[in-house]
Amino acid sequence: MKPAKASSRKTSFSPMIHSYLRMDERFPHVWCPGCGIGIMFGALIHAVHELKIPKKKLLLASGIGCTSRMPGYLDADTFHVLHGRALAAATGVKLARPDMEVVVVGGDGDMLAIGGNHFIHTARRNIGMTCIVLNNYNYAMTGGQQSPTTPRDMFATTAPYGAIDDPVDACLLASAAGAAFVARTTTYNFVQLKRLIKTALSRKGFRLIEVVAQCPTIFGRLNRIPTPKDLVTWIKGHTVTLEAAKKMDAKELEDKVVTGVFVDREVEEYSERYARLVKKVRNAH
Amino acid sequence: MRRLVSGNEACAEAALRAGIRFFGGYPITPSTEIAELMAEELPRVGGVFIQMEDEIASIMAIIGASAAGVPSMTATSGPGFSLMQEGIGYAAMTEVAVVVVNVMRGGPATGLPTKGSQADLQQARWGTHGDHPVVALTPRGVQECFTLTLRAVEISQRLRVPVILLMDEFIGHMREIVSFPEKVEVYHRQKPRVAPSEYIHYAPDNNYNAPYASFGEGYAIHFSGLNHRSDGFPINDAPTIRWNNERLRAKIEDNLAYLEDNYVDDDPDADTLIVAFGSAARSAYEAKLLTDKPIAYIRALTVWPFPDATVRKLAKGRGRVVVPEMNEGQLAREVERCIGADTELVSVTRNDGSMLTPKEVLEALR
Repeated sequence: MKPAKASSRKTSFSPMIHSYLRMDERFPHVWCPGCGIGIMFGALIHAVHELKIPKKKLLLASGIGCTSRMPGYLDADTFHVLHGRALAAATGVKLARPDMEVVVVGGDGDMLAIGGNHFIHTARRNIGMTCIVLNNYNYAMTGGQQSPTTPRDMFATTAPYGAIDDPVDACLLASAAGAAFVARTTTYNFVQLKRLIKTALSRKGFRLIEVVAQCPTIFGRLNRIPTPKDLVTWIKGHTVTLEAAKKMDAKELEDKVVTGVFVDREVEEYSERYARLVKKVRNAH
Repeated sequence: MRRLVSGNEACAEAALRAGIRFFGGYPITPSTEIAELMAEELPRVGGVFIQMEDEIASIMAIIGASAAGVPSMTATSGPGFSLMQEGIGYAAMTEVAVVVVNVMRGGPATGLPTKGSQADLQQARWGTHGDHPVVALTPRGVQECFTLTLRAVEISQRLRVPVILLMDEFIGHMREIVSFPEKVEVYHRQKPRVAPSEYIHYAPDNNYNAPYASFGEGYAIHFSGLNHRSDGFPINDAPTIRWNNERLRAKIEDNLAYLEDNYVDDDPDADTLIVAFGSAARSAYEAKLLTDKPIAYIRALTVWPFPDATVRKLAKGRGRVVVPEMNEGQLAREVERCIGADTELVSVTRNDGSMLTPKEVLEALR
């Protein structure tokens, strides 16, 4: 990888990024130095900007947790709801205003544990929204408890002897539930992440992107990988592409994170189906 | 027009006529007919019905739809009402207008799914954690299921509060003749008239009939369940928290005259006052008519906020206050606060899934 023109990029991107933020006394933000959420937030803003989605049409919803603090900083309609309930609340918004571009962000605990049931059913109904699950393997805001994605044998404050639970695979879950678009990447792959978000925003129905992200301050520290660089490198070291994974056996894939697009299919999203139902019912009278 | 309908049917019909255009719900006895009717009728008027995966999702979906500008409602019963409590608190904190119908059944837990009760009175007030504003209306029969549903929708839109309609199984499944008005006045929430840069979502005087923005109108509004400032953003400093708490309280206290709704049948010669609500009040009033003693009577149609001042005034100087209800004495606790030491409190309770009878109340009036 070529080391960058970091400084020149900063100056060229900042005004654009800032134009999407509520640039007032809300900053500095709540996230720790080295956190992966900013990378995902940046990718989301780039994707929205490149697709020219009007701010007026954009709704960013979230539940509770580190990732879920994101809506507070975005200069659009934003909906910071209860722990786990963002998808249910966003369902109401999308059906009330099908013209809005609904994006829901949340962490692994918020979306897959307390919000797991809503996750399944929002995917099943193919409610038109882009759902970005930032998977940092733990409940970071409350101090590093075990989450439904904490890998086996890794440490959390509520798994002080290492996790014995098997983790859940958000992409498999969404695929099984019937989501229109399902993909995974990591914060290491910014370009792929931005591209995936752009693709998701261009599709219909329920679109899931899981982003494996570093949480150096909590998860990294508890697992003796406390620097952002080392943790991102550790994530990259466990990543294989979908193409490469096809040539690997189950044993080799055991501790691997597979990235790529798992599902990409055309669906009629729920609000379109509902509009058709309304038309049918009204014509019958 | 007069028709014979059930309480649940009257409620659904009123909701549609009051402008409810989004219903998110989950099946639960004895409220299910409301969801079934909404599923059938909402598409006909261009509204949205969705059956959610549980009651938590139902309350959150109606909050989302209401925040996006569409008058929204759900209907449930005891166990589902319990699951909705966190969402009701969120609606109170974020000031999102929703109507939650609770067709009460026996509890706790699965309790008595097919039998009525009035045991969610205090849950309606205090079910969600934290101090919060809430309005609850209680119909005595099918006609009032219609009129109070209309009123619940209107109050929710005017004050930006969750409004709870406390029906019960007896009324929900009972059929009575209802007079349906030709025309229903619908209150539409007002949209802000200022530029987005000037707009304050939680303005200090934003209590009654105030304009407020919804999603998708270009105001870049932020909703958060965290304690917040006037622009909706989270805050931790004590003066702002006090300001927000006062604001929520003032919504109710400043509008008591609008919210209070009692049926009073006073009798200057009466030494006994009956205080009742909902379906139990039917038996209570019947008992008043059956006895030859003079009895003063008040029935609260708006049970939260409780009509403290009116009950205090009516109870003053009277020897006793009789409180008939179908729970273990939840209303009696409220009445007790409002009576003097010289007034005796007689709590008449029945909590076995059967209607309190006029005879049981009559015995207490002896």
